[in-house]
Amino acid sequence: MKIQMNVNGQERILDVPPLRRLIDILREDMGLVAAKIGCGEGECGACNVLVDGEAVSACLIPAVQIDGCRIVTLEGLATSNDDALAALHGAFLEHDASQCGACIPGIVMTCRGMFDDLRNRRPSEAEVRGLLAGHLCRCTGYEAIVRGILKWLEMKSEP
Amino acid sequence: MKAFEYVGATSVDQAVKALTPGSAPLAGGTDLINRMKDYVTSPERVVYLNDVKELAGISGDAASGVTILAGTRLAEILASEVVKSAYPALWQTTSEVATPQIRNMASLGGNLFQHPRCWYYRSGFGLVPKTTDGKHMLREGDNRYAAIFMTDGDALYVHPSSLAVPLIALGAKATLVGPEGERTVEVEELYKVPTSNSESPFATKPGEILKSVTIPASKGKNASYEARHKQAHDWPLVMASVNLTFSGETVSDARVVVYGVAPVPWRSKAAEEAIKDKVITVESARSAGEAAAAGAKPLSMNGFKVSMLKTVITRALCTSAGNKYWEA
Repeated sequence: MKIQMNVNGQERILDVPPLRRLIDILREDMGLVAAKIGCGEGECGACNVLVDGEAVSACLIPAVQIDGCRIVTLEGLATSNDDALAALHGAFLEHDASQCGACIPGIVMTCRGMFDDLRNRRPSEAEVRGLLAGHLCRCTGYEAIVRGILKWLEMKSEP
Repeated sequence: MKAFEYVGATSVDQAVKALTPGSAPLAGGTDLINRMKDYVTSPERVVYLNDVKELAGISGDAASGVTILAGTRLAEILASEVVKSAYPALWQTTSEVATPQIRNMASLGGNLFQHPRCWYYRSGFGLVPKTTDGKHMLREGDNRYAAIFMTDGDALYVHPSSLAVPLIALGAKATLVGPEGERTVEVEELYKVPTSNSESPFATKPGEILKSVTIPASKGKNASYEARHKQAHDWPLVMASVNLTFSGETVSDARVVVYGVAPVPWRSKAAEEAIKDKVITVESARSAGEAAAAGAKPLSMNGFKVSMLKTVITRALCTSAGNKYWEA
């Protein structure tokens, strides 16, 4: 079937099988490989992208669900001159949040997707851990990731 | 996954007409897509429902009751102030379903009609999994997560929908729409217990889909409490939802429904009787938990669920009374 979508600001029309996964469309058809294929079952969060502004698992989204949608991948964030992203990058660097790095693109997408909500309140550490509930870090580097996000939010709540 | 025919519906009418035998409705896809990938479910036709605008939204208020349309995302239920304030039993349970990403995708209807998590079922052996020489795989095999009630029968898996539990406690009704029109049933009437692999765990008629769930006005107090392995990203092991109305300080009417103990959401009439006409205290709540456990027949590896059953009922009742003694 023909689907139309906006990927990282570009209008795209693709002819794909209706249940082709969004993650395969992004990685194999479009060469956007920041989102990773981890578990393929919506558990690990490595394939997170933003669909119409919300963080979702691209491994569980068939092509039919994204017809007419606005998709943002990490590549789209990286080229968008995004202050919030730069601040998150800095906080992750400072806290050595990335070890092997496989989970980080997905976590960045979740953080960016929640940014507008997070900006308006200072979430507790427990809330940040709840926010990350959909991500598995197999290096088990959660402490550094949580510290990095808390640091990022501290920076963002300063005037 | 096997090849199939795809139909994109934009109205309930179109969806119902397209849902011929052998078809599967697709909304969030968080259960169906995985089942199709694993060849557990191989529909000949998939009918996509997310573009049916008349299937999404929440309306009503605490005084008159709230209607949640079947396509409403779990994240939208969590964002609803009326659900949070009037139906904390439902809100709390919704907040603990899966992960934030899944809650952005998954629908109420999909949650209520998800298929059981039993590992023999998910490996293709059906809901009543038996070996070629007739041994029941769950009864004889690894049954740590299986049922502790109704275990004289052959359906030993546990019902997977955690949202069905608070909805039944709250007395919610489900409106189904199918080829013969609409009908409204109690949420608990959506489910049945299969006795063989050819039977469905759902009591819906062919071609019927869920249209909405209506929760009656909130008159007393309600609460849920979950016991789980992992803080997130998993189904509860055992959970209780309670809905209580009061006459003064004493409970005049109680509904106690439990997750994770039977192939259907388990209504504990014994616990309801035990707490009726009582003031909620830790002692009376414990007595209700004890009463609920009478009649439980655990399998070889899941006796631990009997203790959990008592604890979750005790704590759900105490939560409804504002006493979280275990956190003190």
